[in-house]
Amino acid sequence: MEFAELIKTPRVDNVVLHRPFYPAVEGTLCLTGHHLILSSRQDNTEELWLLHSNIDAIDKRFVGPLGTIIIKCKDFRIIQLDIPGMEECLNIASSIEALSTLDSITLMYPFFYRPMFEVIEDGWHSFLPEQEFELYSSATSDWRLSYVNKEFAVCPSYPPIVIVPKSIDDEALRKVATFRHGGRFPVLSYYHKKNGMVIMRSGQPLTGTNGRRCKEDEKLINATLRAGKRGYIIDTRSLNVAQQARAKGGGFEQEAHYPQWRRIHKSIEREGASILIHGTEGTDSTLQVTSLAQIILEPRSRTIRGFEALIEREWLQAGHPFQQRCAQSAYCSSKQKWESPVFLLFLDCVWQILRQFPCSFEFNENFLIMLFEHAYASQFGTFLGNNESERCKLKLQQKTMSLWSWVNRPSELSKVTNPLFEANSLVIWPSVAPQSLQLWEGIFLRWNRSSKYLDEAYEEMVNIIEYNKELQAKVNLLRRQLAELETKDGVQESP
Amino acid sequence: MEHIRTTKILHHHIGSVEKLALTTSGCPLVIQCKNFRIVHFIVPRERDCHDIYNSLLQLSKQAKYEDLYAFSYNPKQNDSERLRGWQLIDLAEEYKRMGVPNSNWQLSDANREYKICETYPRELYVPRIASKPIIVGSSKFRSKGRFPVLSYYHQNKEAAICRCSQPLSGFSARCLEDEHLLQAISKANPANRYMYVVDTRPKLNAIANRAAGKGYENEDNYSNIRFQFVGIENIHVMRSSLQKLLEVNGTKGLSVNDFYSGLESSGWLRHIKAVMDAAIFLAKAIMVENASVLVHCSDGWDRTSQVCSLGSLLLDSYYRTVKGFMVLIEKDWISFGHKFSERCGHLDGDPKEVSPVFTQFLECVWHLTEQFPQDFEFNEAFLLQIHEHIHSCQFGNFLGNCQKEREELKLKEKTYSLWPFLLDDQKKYLNPLYSSSSQKFAVLEPNTASFNFKFWRNMYHQFDRTLHPRESVCNIIMNMNEQNKQLEKEIEDLESKINKCKNEQIDGVLTKELLHPVHPESPIIKTSLCFKEQTLLPVNDTLRTIEGSNPADNRYSEYAEEFSKSEPAVVSLEYGVARMTC
Repeated sequence: MEFAELIKTPRVDNVVLHRPFYPAVEGTLCLTGHHLILSSRQDNTEELWLLHSNIDAIDKRFVGPLGTIIIKCKDFRIIQLDIPGMEECLNIASSIEALSTLDSITLMYPFFYRPMFEVIEDGWHSFLPEQEFELYSSATSDWRLSYVNKEFAVCPSYPPIVIVPKSIDDEALRKVATFRHGGRFPVLSYYHKKNGMVIMRSGQPLTGTNGRRCKEDEKLINATLRAGKRGYIIDTRSLNVAQQARAKGGGFEQEAHYPQWRRIHKSIEREGASILIHGTEGTDSTLQVTSLAQIILEPRSRTIRGFEALIEREWLQAGHPFQQRCAQSAYCSSKQKWESPVFLLFLDCVWQILRQFPCSFEFNENFLIMLFEHAYASQFGTFLGNNESERCKLKLQQKTMSLWSWVNRPSELSKVTNPLFEANSLVIWPSVAPQSLQLWEGIFLRWNRSSKYLDEAYEEMVNIIEYNKELQAKVNLLRRQLAELETKDGVQESP
Repeated sequence: MEHIRTTKILHHHIGSVEKLALTTSGCPLVIQCKNFRIVHFIVPRERDCHDIYNSLLQLSKQAKYEDLYAFSYNPKQNDSERLRGWQLIDLAEEYKRMGVPNSNWQLSDANREYKICETYPRELYVPRIASKPIIVGSSKFRSKGRFPVLSYYHQNKEAAICRCSQPLSGFSARCLEDEHLLQAISKANPANRYMYVVDTRPKLNAIANRAAGKGYENEDNYSNIRFQFVGIENIHVMRSSLQKLLEVNGTKGLSVNDFYSGLESSGWLRHIKAVMDAAIFLAKAIMVENASVLVHCSDGWDRTSQVCSLGSLLLDSYYRTVKGFMVLIEKDWISFGHKFSERCGHLDGDPKEVSPVFTQFLECVWHLTEQFPQDFEFNEAFLLQIHEHIHSCQFGNFLGNCQKEREELKLKEKTYSLWPFLLDDQKKYLNPLYSSSSQKFAVLEPNTASFNFKFWRNMYHQFDRTLHPRESVCNIIMNMNEQNKQLEKEIEDLESKINKCKNEQIDGVLTKELLHPVHPESPIIKTSLCFKEQTLLPVNDTLRTIEGSNPADNRYSEYAEEFSKSEPAVVSLEYGVARMTC
């Protein structure tokens, strides 16, 4: 298919763009295969450069020959284009509609994007599972890397390499996979070095109505606990929903078969115990919980690189179906049932914790907003596809650029770095009282109000911090100079 | 003994004491404070609990002003220091700063002896062309004699904010003097012929007042006025709104849904928005239309004080400074007779007179600081500290209900003023991001779309430590600012020392070289160069630690304790006596 077929009118003059907090601009509207561009042709700047994939819904209105298109974006921005000529307006509207809902992933912008920046580090190789495992292997020998899913045959939504208990061989894993939803057998999500306790995740067990069991599953789960230790199986569903799942072949663990484990359907108090967590498929709420737990527990995941590694490990590799979940967003009226802002909800939770611990994160709010945007519409291939298997088939590594290649350059990093960051090795317990949770204005009010004064205040804060660093450096330098001079004095006077 | 945590609560802060049903561990006692602190005690023996309960009930409700803390509080100052403290805020000086008296406005001596209006101050500014008979006539036509007077004068626009109480118009009564006085206010503004009359009440309330011989201005009787209702509810609605809000806040295991629906149904933020909208109306009338505004409600001491002071604060950056904010409170609240003692329930009196009118004003200001983080010299702690002291009765400023009453109580001789103490402690209250470069008449134009109004957690949960962010950006930046000043000074010192050293050496070298040539490779110099980079003030270590998760900790308590340390009127219940369970 050629994009030209979809673009009925590539160019319209005298289009007026209305955006909140900006004066209206008149200019030329151009449609390309992937972008909607409005340029007033002054100073060679484009007033609007919008990815079609960012468009969630459009409305059109006519007043006489003047057409108006209202574009609602996945990043929650709403803009209005006044287009003279009914035919042009209809053409533009139908083109946008077609271009923003392309079926084929390989027609998406990342496959056409040619980066204009120098790649310092190829992001596709920044977070390899083997490297991530090395961080644990120094602390424990109870776990191993398994390549049982190398061909994606055991579990289509798992990556080729997973971490499993050392005492369980690949053959047993294959059997366990048949007992778990989507073949998602329990794998290691997080190892807490301080006490050796772990977080594992999986799909629901396929116990069905007659209480089917799986010896290997019980062995695997029980093998992860030392004698006398306790574990919790957290089912993210309510007991009611979990019970209903049995009718469809799903279900939950019978505590009798997992003696050291207690199954619960709510949160738990602080206590040194291991956790197995699953919902139904283990690709949504399960990942929200495992990744948030790591933000709280593990200082590394609060750094920029550590957070990227977390997204890579707990979301991309773990098989969160980004393609499906982010296909449409809040404005779209014809949403499919698989669309859901699961990842945005996770980012919002991270933002809430960031608000409560504003110095404990290496990144700032902009980093989270950036990830939100790229999950929905991006020039990079990182969030394409629903799992590693699909990404492999799409050959994303060869054909598209990784978001991390772009972000992990000094010029981009400086925009997302939190000037208040001071490494904090502690576990950070957030408050979840309703009074402590706030509306994420940076996302939800971003296009509804001017942030001028807040931005200026932020800049002033950065200035104070920078100035402080400067002064500290200068004082150190002068102290050294003085000490040097004084010793010279001393030498001279001593004889 | 420092390791024993003590919890101190001023008797005057106690709003209510409740004894709950006996439990196995003892008798629970719940104290609700006016500064929104809630403390649960479990007293092992029921009889003790009963005694404590009765004592607290008596101690927290005083019958006479003279029994309030301010009359026994002694910060060890002599009389002249005390007097200087009271003179810190000088309203005559403030009117001069605004630019009155001038050719259109003059100081009136009509109320010098409180003869026309008992609840107004002695010194009032009125249009120059308004004669005394006009003033006297108008005052007879206004509720409680509170005739129209100047509240704020905008020098650039030559427009004024004036205030008064409702007219005694009933269904048809008129008063020529009152009509004249309003016209005089219009005429005192050379830039605009018409003026706004803003009735801050909901229209229905104002209409209902007509049956009692009160009411609102009839546009037909007054030339060149534009009449406007702005719909702020009365003190009773506000009192019950706050009560609902506090009930929601106090719910155990509160869910997000219950919190938001409770916040919504309390109506609290709607009321805050109404006050803010009214103030914006004033600011716009003056800035956009160059028109003067006359504001009233019923008696003109609650909603009128809110709207006039907030409107002035939007218009004039002086009121956004530490000192200017004190002046604003002294002017529009204290001097114009906001009934602090009744509204705060300082004495055992009519509970229907209690209302969080001033708290709402502080909350409006807080909302502005959130939208304009660089336009206020003071920070949130300043607002909280002022709130603390309208209830503490530790200082004389907020005692009594009007200036006449305060004079009779001889507050300036018998008590201390709060302001000098706050100024001495200014460091704690400064906004590190304040940019003072802004113009005097840089008007604030807040966005009042509903999403801008949010729950003020740091006020209503100021003692619930666990609900707050564990790291405070404001404190870090505040301390860093402070440290920067010290570093600047140290750099200066070091530079002068280095210069001195260099000069001495040049002298020394000149004299010594003749005797001993210096070895350039002296080993001592070498070692000394390797000295370790010294850590400077440990700002990062001390400031950035995660604050304790002890729920009894309180970010703002340090400010409060500052004033209440080792004073006899403070209860001190230690763990040994009663266990704190909040």
